[in-house]
Parts: sequence; C-alpha cells; structure tokens
Amino acid sequence: MPDQNTIQRIIKGNQIVADDWTVLRLEEGQEPATVEVAAGKVIVPLKVWQAQKEALAARPEIGVWLQSDERPEELKGELDKFSVVAVNFPKFTDGRGYSIAYNLRMRLGYTGELRAIGDVLRDQLFQMKRTGFDAYAPRPDRSIEDALKGLTVFSETYQASVDDKLPLFRRHARTAGAREHNDIGSGI
Amino acid sequence: MYQYDQYDHLIVRERIAQYRDQVQRRLSGELTEEEFLPLRLQNGLYMQRHAYMLRIAVPYGLLSSKQMRMFAHIARKYDRGYGHFTTRQNIQFNWIELEQTPDILADLASVEMHAIQTSGNCIRNVTSDEFAGVAADEIIDPRPYAEVLRQWSTFHPEFIALPRKFKVAINGALEDRAAIAIHDIGLTVVKNEAGEIGFKVMVGGGMGRTPIIGTTIREFLPREHLLTYTEAIMRVYNQYGRRDNKYKARIKILLKAIGAEEFARQVEEEWADLKGTEETLTLEEMERVIAYFQPHPYETLEAIDPRAGHEDNKAFANWLGRNVKPHKQAGYAAVILSLKKTGVPPGDATAEQMDFMADLADRYSFGELRVTHEQNIVLADVKQSQLFDLWKEIKAHGLATPNIGLLTDIICCPGGDFCSLANAKSIPISAAIAERFDHLDFLHDIGDIELNISGCINACGHHHVGNIGVLGVDKDGSEWYQVSIGGAQGNATAIGKIIGPSFSAHQMPEVIDRLLRVYLRERTPDEKFVDTVQRIGIAPFKEHVYATPINEPGRLVGEDEYA
Ligand code: HEM
Ligand code: SF4
Repeated sequence: MPDQNTIQRIIKGNQIVADDWTVLRLEEGQEPATVEVAAGKVIVPLKVWQAQKEALAARPEIGVWLQSDERPEELKGELDKFSVVAVNFPKFTDGRGYSIAYNLRMRLGYTGELRAIGDVLRDQLFQMKRTGFDAYAPRPDRSIEDALKGLTVFSETYQASVDDKLPLFRRHARTAGAREHNDIGSGI
Repeated sequence: MYQYDQYDHLIVRERIAQYRDQVQRRLSGELTEEEFLPLRLQNGLYMQRHAYMLRIAVPYGLLSSKQMRMFAHIARKYDRGYGHFTTRQNIQFNWIELEQTPDILADLASVEMHAIQTSGNCIRNVTSDEFAGVAADEIIDPRPYAEVLRQWSTFHPEFIALPRKFKVAINGALEDRAAIAIHDIGLTVVKNEAGEIGFKVMVGGGMGRTPIIGTTIREFLPREHLLTYTEAIMRVYNQYGRRDNKYKARIKILLKAIGAEEFARQVEEEWADLKGTEETLTLEEMERVIAYFQPHPYETLEAIDPRAGHEDNKAFANWLGRNVKPHKQAGYAAVILSLKKTGVPPGDATAEQMDFMADLADRYSFGELRVTHEQNIVLADVKQSQLFDLWKEIKAHGLATPNIGLLTDIICCPGGDFCSLANAKSIPISAAIAERFDHLDFLHDIGDIELNISGCINACGHHHVGNIGVLGVDKDGSEWYQVSIGGAQGNATAIGKIIGPSFSAHQMPEVIDRLLRVYLRERTPDEKFVDTVQRIGIAPFKEHVYATPINEPGRLVGEDEYA
C-alpha cells in the first residue's frame, strides 16, 4: 500500500479524492499501435485507442484522452465505452479544451467523467466546470486544496454553458431599472 | 444608459474578490509572472515601459458624468493627474501600482464600471457608434445589442483563452462610424423587407501586421439569434484558429486560410445545433435592455440656427461647422469636445478636464458622455439654443479646438513614450505635425482628412485606415516613419498604400506638407484628400514627396515633455 503522500489525488465534483487512474503519454519513439498499455485503469491517448481499439475495448476500465487539437467527433458512437474521457491542456493558455468539452457534452452527449489534465491551474477550474468538466487533475506542483477554491469564484454567470443551459435572463426575472440619473453629480 | 441590477453588481464584486486574491498570490510568489500574465491582462493590466497601465472598459463608449468623475478621481489618486482615451473607446491610466489595482477596481465598481476583458485573448469591450441613439441616419440604436453582447461575453467560460484577442463592433446607422470592417466581428443593424431587425455579419477584419477588411458571411441574422450565432463563430475560431504563431492567430488569418465560404459553412454547421436553444434572446430580455436606452426626455423645440445673433463670430462659426453634428431631435445637436489641442497628446485629458466634462454633461446633456474611437468626447444631447454658452465655457478649458475631422484631429497611439512594444515615438510626431499646421484657415481649406499614427505595426493608432497613415518602424536601432496614403474608415473602408522609403522624425511635418501640396494642386472642387488619392493614385504624391531631399533640423516639439 503506497503511503498517503504518493496516492494521486484529483478533484472530482467538488471534492478531493484519491485516484488510481494512470495517464499514458507517448514518449519519443513510441508508436500508438505498438506501445504497451499497462494493466489496470489507464487513460490512453486518442491515437492509441484508435490503433489498439480491439484489445482495449475488451478491457473493463479504460479511458481516453484528447489533445487540444484533436476532434471529439472522432469518438462519436464510442463514448459509452469509456469510464473516463480526459482533455489535455498542453498549456494553461490553450483554450481549445473548453470547446472540446462543450462539444463532448452538448453535441456528442457524453455523460461520463470528463477530466481536465495537463497544465491545469486553479484559475481555470471555474470555466472548466462550466464547460462540462467534472474532474480535474491540477498540476502536481500546486496545492490541490487551493485549487479547489477555484471552483467557487462566481455565484452567478451571464451566459449558458454546459453546467446551466439557461442564460441569466431566463433563470431570473431581471427588471429594467428606472432610467433617471437620480444620483448625478453626487460626487465620489 | 444601462444600469446594473443586482446580478451585474454581484458578478463585478466577485470579480474584484477573485482578482484581489490573484494579486495577493502573485505578490506572495504563489503565482509566477507567466501565470499571472493572462489573469491581469483579462483585467486590463499591462506592464509598460515605466509602470503598469490599466485599461478600463467604457462599454460602447458610453459613460455617465458620475463615471467620468470617477476617472478624474482615479487620475488624481492613483495616477499622475490625467488619463488617455483610446481608439477602442476605453480609457487608460499609465502610472498604476499593481498593489493598488484591486482598490481601483472597487472604486470603479461603485459607479458600475470595471476593467474586465479590456485586454487578453478574449472577447474585448464591444465598441459602437458615438452618435448611437441620436444620429439621424440611424436604423436602430445598436447599444442594447452591444450591451447584450457585453453581458454574454463577460467571463464566457469557453472563450476566455482564445488564440488571440477578439474585437466586436456594432453599428446601427447607414453610415458606419464604428469601423466595423476592421473588427474581428463587425455587425450592422439592418431591417429586412418584413421590417424585422437583424444584423449583417462581417468577420475577419483587423489591422496589426496583416491589415484585412472583414468579409460578410451573413446578410441577415434575425436579432434573436445574435448570441447563438456569435457563439458559433467563436467556437469555430477557438478550435481552428492558429495558436502556433501569435501573428497569425487572429480570426482574419483563419478566414483567409480556409476561405470565407468554408468558414461560413462551418459556422452554420455549428450554429445548426445552437439555433433555438435557450441562449436565444427573448423579447422580454430585449425589451428590458432596450428600456435603458430610451430617448431622453427631450423638450419640444423648433430647430434654430445657432449662428443667429453671433454672425460676426468666426471662431464660433468654425466650431459649429466642425465640432457640432446634427441630431435627430429638432432643436438639439451633438457636440464633440476636441481632445486634440495642439501640444497635448491626442486623447489625453487631465483630471480637471474630466471633472469639467462631467459637469458639462450634467448641465447640458442629460448627464451622459461618449468616447469616440477618434479619441474625442461627445456630449450628444445639447440644446441648439445653448451651444453658444457651451462653446464659451469649453473654450476656456481647451476643449473647443475646432478641428474635428481636420488634419490636427490626429488619432495617435501612446507610442514609444509609454508603450513597451513601440518601435518609435508617435506623440511627438503628432505634436510636430499639429504645430506645423496650427493655422486654422489652412486646416479648414484642406478639409476632411484623417491622419493616424501608430508607434508600431500593432496599429493601435489605426494607421492602416488613415487617409494618411504614419507607422513607426525600427531601422538599425533608430526610429523611422513609414507613410501610407489612401486608407479610409467607414462605409468605404480601405487600407492605405505605402508611398516608399521611410522618414526620420524631423522630416515628418515636411512630408505631410508635401502630400498636402499635391492634393491642393490636383483636387477638383469639393474633393476630399482621400478621393483625390483614389482618383489619381499614389504616384504623383510619391513623386513629389521624394523629389528633393528633406532636411528638417531642429528639436521635435513635445519630445521632452512626454518622455
Ligand atoms: C500602451 C499599451 C498598449 C499595448 C501593449 C498594446 C498592444 C497591442 C498589440 C500587441 C496589438 C496587436 C494585436 C494584433 O494585431 O494581434 C494592438 C493592436 C491594437 N491596439 Fe493596442 N496596445 C496598447 C495601447 C493601445 C492604445 C492606447 C490604443 C488606442 C488608442 C490601442 C488600440 C489598439 C487597436 C485599435 C489595435 C488594432 C486592433 C486590430 O488589429 O484590429 N492600443 N495593441
Ligand atoms: S501601435 Fe504599437 S506602439 Fe502604439 S500603442 Fe500599439 S503596441 Fe504600442
């Protein structure tokens, strides 16, 4: 049994939980068709899944991850085979993962765990949650407890997204205020 | 104008708390500068040559007197007593301490303002026509739609880390005064044959290193689909816009690479799944927002000739001719306060001037002001009968320079004096030109002309669309200026053509002079500079400018004042 410190932890929903998935990343020289996928719960790159589909589909628990330039549509019709779909953020400034998540949820109807991996930092978690992620593997050099705080920055949002299909104007009755400038000239 | 309800207040308040915490984490070292950068940019905070610069959003350029007073307060308390109004209808402060930014944001929030998304790779402040709501050629007031877009784009979770910045402009009149063709998305309000309101959608305009005029991808978008259609455009761009090269990351490059038709097809495909979803605007929501932009309670007045009784006053007549614009309500006029007095950097206003302008707005114009993308301020609702009194007051404060649309109404970026990206100074160039042509009769004779100056290829000073465009370039470590002519903004937007090798700073006033001489020689009656260039081409200008060497020694005006 590994000690507490080496157990990998992620945020799932709104909590920190232990996690026993491993993410397979291809090393230099490794080929999707021939790389060995270890036993157990592994999240494999899309290309590995595509190259080794037959063997992998037979396994009880397998996940797949998308690079930010890969298309979620490639998984059309197969999404129910995965316990986890992950989207990699190669850099925290690469926002493609948000649109991938959106499309996985809204256009492809994926309902399982959707996990953000890679350069995942506290200040991205809120928008990740909104676009459909429900699990986050924050960068290991940062405090996961702090990262958790990133999920609750705003209590209201204007626009619809995956987390709430209703925009603010449909969620609440917003009333137009009086248009007089009663306080004009009141100074600061 | 729009007023925050409890939700707007809540969101801005939570933003300040979030940002305060981010600043704290940066100061404690928990966040690296690299990680902090996109966070502060999304809050309008740049690191500049000397200090931090804070860019504050003025949504579609509209602000209340109270908000203007807050700018004066910020200028005094946190800056050096002035601010700079920009071509994106915002305001910038140049001498800001990082530690104080959360407090500035709190001050701003008290008057329903913020700095959200004024920078960074996200959807920026939506810009519009400074005469929205009062222009006689208006089909419909674009501001409610700009406001709806502002709210929708604020912290849009999916479009917060786009390949590059993203700018939307919206125009509601026949004449384009919002420079829509040079925006990532340019919207024009149109009515179809059935009388329904919608938008013509242009995409892929922009300046910078690769100036491109936008392409229309949809002739009529019913207004209720504004948000879903914009979302479809954004999603295509977010996924396929280039991210490997920041100079090729704007949507205009994507559009060029795949073709406008293919781009439009992808947008329509994305939109097919979005059309009709809950994000579709409701009539109630539109009515709610439109209610904030109802015409002011105008008095029923007869149109008068404001000149009457002041026939001999040439200065007043000049000002009326240049700085006062027609209003759709009889007896009213829109007034442009010129921030282009010779010797002052274009767009700069002191705290005193801001307080004064706020005061004017209260007394003459229903407490509202507008920022123009030419970097001036508008009082949109002045009674014609009060124009003379107003003029006398503003003259005393240096805001009545009768030069709107003239050569000295220069658009100019902060350039090398402030901006760390600059290749060359721009403010002293504009000062030297303004000084050289500080002769009203001559300026009025030249007539409508747009001179735009940028300190580098980023084109913050819109030089590409200036009738005369000046671009600061770096050659072997010294500052040079490249000149283009024939650019234009508005309905006939055009990108200027470069006339030839660049010039030194000291040569610039003479270069402008020579360009003007060719125009004066060649023009037909009533022909504007840009029309002459269109008609005869750039060759005669080029020939004359380079015919004999230009030797212009001497100190450049303003060189030291603003350094
Ligand atoms: C002083 C700090 C400033 C910095 C660091 C800065 C930075 C930039 C950069 C990097 C670009 C090029 C973006 C691109 O083409 O992808 C740009 C463009 C632009 N900036 Fe600025 N800018 C500054 C000030 C201003 C000011 C003062 C104004 C208005 C007066 C302004 C308005 C614009 C506009 C209109 C563009 C052109 C956008 C387009 O290509 O469509 N900026 N700026
Ligand atoms: S054009 Fe260049 S020099 Fe001028 S403000 Fe923009 S980035 Fe700075």
